[in-house]
Amino acid sequence: MNHLAGIPLWIALPVAVLVVTGSSLALLGTIGLVRLRSFYDRLHAPTLGTSWGVGAILLASMLLFSWLESRPVLHEALLGILVIVTTPATYLFLGRAALHRDRAENAPDVPKAAADDKAQD
Amino acid sequence: MSETLLTAAFLYAQITLGFAGCLAALRVLRGPRAQDRVLGLDTLYVIAMLLFLVTGMRTGSLFFFEAAIVIGALGFVTTVSMAKFLLRGEVIE
Amino acid sequence: MIRLVPHPILSLMLLGMWLLLTRFSLGHLVLGTAIALVAGWAMGELHPARVHIRRWTPILRLGVVVPSDILRSNLAVAGLILTNGRRGTRRPGFVRIPLELRDPTGLAILSIIITATPGTAWIEHDRESGILILHIFDLIDESAQRDEIRRRYEAPLIEIFQ
Repeated sequence: MNHLAGIPLWIALPVAVLVVTGSSLALLGTIGLVRLRSFYDRLHAPTLGTSWGVGAILLASMLLFSWLESRPVLHEALLGILVIVTTPATYLFLGRAALHRDRAENAPDVPKAAADDKAQD
Repeated sequence: MSETLLTAAFLYAQITLGFAGCLAALRVLRGPRAQDRVLGLDTLYVIAMLLFLVTGMRTGSLFFFEAAIVIGALGFVTTVSMAKFLLRGEVIE
Repeated sequence: MIRLVPHPILSLMLLGMWLLLTRFSLGHLVLGTAIALVAGWAMGELHPARVHIRRWTPILRLGVVVPSDILRSNLAVAGLILTNGRRGTRRPGFVRIPLELRDPTGLAILSIIITATPGTAWIEHDRESGILILHIFDLIDESAQRDEIRRRYEAPLIEIFQ
């Protein structure tokens, strides 16, 4: 139809595999986000999408556009670094916020504070 | 051959990501607690960014990448400030 | 030289970013260099704590180990979600790890590595005692998990920063 017509198979195949893997990981992450029971479990699920879900699709985009533009197109790496460095910061705050709120409500199965931990280890 | 392969892969990715976005939005709506909503919102931002990237590849336009980078930056700033608010806003002070 | 380019690594990375975002050309090289230098001076005025990198080789090792570890745990967590936690036998739990790493930059990088890996989430860290609390998605062996984090990630970070 258009720009996709002249692409050789050795480019198209890895691009297709990476795109399918990436989007499947993102979907699995959100399925986990909806199905898992406790908040701490749910904190793990979206990392599927934000680690290799993003990574695979960015790699595919780099590969495809490097071929289409016939020059190395690498600026996707910036977006990858942005996502990889920033999402953990959000999750870190969310995990700590959940812990503080659970402690304030005296919820069961919450570990005691790291500060008052002299006896263990 | 490679054209059909790529078209099918992009179509699959767009449908999958659209569905994933719906699920993330479901978590935002259902909660039950504030941190669940923020987590869902952050996921929604990442999914939207991926959808833009796939759409960009499908149309062959580099323009979508710039939109994706704006979504990525905005998504981080919004969700991290909300998460920080949850940490500071109610319980601690 | 130090006064002219107070933060050489930061300036170099900014220049690299500028050249990635625009197409490479002589004009952009000059403009990007100017912007990177000005940003370096501005950063110098803020007097941030200087990061001391003692050894470079562990960085390369981490650069290989971390993405492959993340890929492995991606597959593991994806499998757990698909099989509904091995038909309900998955046992999540918290793990306490006493850390020897004290350098703030090293701790920040460790937190990024741990949170970016599906299956482990950084929950709390106490600066004084160095005790870290993690949430593990599928806790099979507590002490093995503790050893793995200390050996694979903490040890190279101590080598780099301390």
